Amino acid sequence: MIALGGADPTSRKEIITMILIAERINGMFKDVKQAIADKNKKVIQDLAKKQTEAGATYLDINVGTAAADQEGTMQWLVEAIQETCATPLCLDSQKLDVIAAGLKVVNAENGLILNSTPLNKRDDDEILDKFIEMAEKAGPKANIIALTMDKNGVPQDVDSRVAIAAEIVSKAMEKGFDAQRLFIDPIVLPVKVPNAQVQPGNILSAMDQIKFLSDPAPHMTVGLSNISQGATERSLINRVFLAMAMSHGLDSAIADVFDQDLMNVVATSDMLMNKQIYSDSFLKVYAGGAR
Amino acid sequence: MQVPEIADSFTGQVIKITLGATKADGGTRASTVTVGGARNVTYGGTIEDRSEKPVIAMDVLDTKPDDWSDVLAEPYKDVLDSPADWAKKCIEEFGADLICIKFDGIHPDKASKDAAHAVKVTEGVLKAVGVPLILWGCGNDEKDNEVMPKVSGAAKGEKCLIGTIKEDNYKSLTAIALADGHFLIGEAPLDINIGKQVNILASDMGFPLERIVAFQSTGALGYGMEYSYSIQERQRLAALTGDKMMAMPVICDVGYESWRAKEAKQIDTPGWGDAAERGPMWEAATAIGLLQAGADIIRMRHPKAVAVVKDFINKIW
Repeated sequence: MIALGGADPTSRKEIITMILIAERINGMFKDVKQAIADKNKKVIQDLAKKQTEAGATYLDINVGTAAADQEGTMQWLVEAIQETCATPLCLDSQKLDVIAAGLKVVNAENGLILNSTPLNKRDDDEILDKFIEMAEKAGPKANIIALTMDKNGVPQDVDSRVAIAAEIVSKAMEKGFDAQRLFIDPIVLPVKVPNAQVQPGNILSAMDQIKFLSDPAPHMTVGLSNISQGATERSLINRVFLAMAMSHGLDSAIADVFDQDLMNVVATSDMLMNKQIYSDSFLKVYAGGAR
Repeated sequence: MQVPEIADSFTGQVIKITLGATKADGGTRASTVTVGGARNVTYGGTIEDRSEKPVIAMDVLDTKPDDWSDVLAEPYKDVLDSPADWAKKCIEEFGADLICIKFDGIHPDKASKDAAHAVKVTEGVLKAVGVPLILWGCGNDEKDNEVMPKVSGAAKGEKCLIGTIKEDNYKSLTAIALADGHFLIGEAPLDINIGKQVNILASDMGFPLERIVAFQSTGALGYGMEYSYSIQERQRLAALTGDKMMAMPVICDVGYESWRAKEAKQIDTPGWGDAAERGPMWEAATAIGLLQAGADIIRMRHPKAVAVVKDFINKIW
């Protein structure tokens, strides 16, 4: 018999199986860039549907850098996707105005993520506050991705990452914003960059501490594909790091849901960590979206 | 000392199902039965989190049983030969919520009766009572595959609960239940992994998860009830934490299992107390234990046990 409140993960009120934020609707990809230029809804809608079928929990939307009117493009993308698909969206931009534009047309009923804000910026000390206010206004199911980054940039060591995450969590609590609506992103850097090979280990150590910042813990997410930027064996690097990070508490990732090998790693990790009851078809259940 | 607030809440919910099709729904049932829907464990959470009231399905055998104890057979002595009258008695006198026709008589090792017999029994019971039916095969895969599709057809459109499908024998019954608009019982041998797998297999054939009821085999008091209890509890917690493949309502076979126990059925055992009370108590105790692990439908046999369990359900729900 399972005792409630023990260390057994099945006793948690909600088993967080992996929250996958699908990365393909991004203006950095050629087909999306072209579709934006041509106002070709079909390409975007197909990507939205196929990523949903592949197991996406959220669809990331990033207008990229090519579009002249980023705010208008964000709204066009949101509306195009919502015409065919009820999967919740993740509005992704470094510019607050672009996210704010998306918010005007987005349906946050099933969930929403605002992606992303640092703790603070040189030119905007209140950026996190603004994101929290936007999320509160968007409804109870709106979440925020907050980067462990501040006005001094991206920290390289474990302690600074954790310190920034702690400030983010305490700011949210101060404002009465539930820590479970925060996705802390410890910022994954490409492993191929000179001297960056120490970073994956640092991120795992930081994650070990971030998960204790509140109870229940904030979510943790990463831009997974970043880690293999410019490297060979990208898919292999992505999925091995994902398995490692999941065992350190990662419960979300912005990732390529079309990578079947990666999806199988997600399903297997969830099963091995007792977040999914084993069945002989455990891979199928996961990819089939019947989570 | 102040009692601490321990009202946990969950994010998932057990699927709610409605058995039986009335005239408006294309069937002939006078009433329907809705079960499931729990958002918390039994006794947990708020009133709104409770499941629908659990229901009692009383067993009617297609063929007169020859191995029932006198205590169990006594209330049915004038109807054991007639499933239709038997079913009527269960509804009108004993307050059953629905009827489970158990086709023991088709088993090759028992009376080995044919499909025509099973269809006739089904039609007779459908005419005799207005409640939804459960149609439960004999457990022999080959014979069930031969007979149960015909039984399914005889009750087409009535939204019966039919079973059972197992990990290594699910295809023909799943296909026919889908075609005839019935609900399915997914059976597993006290094994949570196989239980999940059966649901996935049926779902892979296009059978809606919203029309499956889980049967994890039942152990009676003294004969493995604690195994049934833990598995049901684990399944329920999985459902409440969001596992859609485990979110089915649950059925238990308390009647048959309880009356297999020697403590229930032996009569010439003076030190064990009055046999007329002991058997029904054994059955009622098993049922009430399993209700607390979240059972939604309980198959029962003795009217005295049914009365006790109904009283318990009415007090709790």
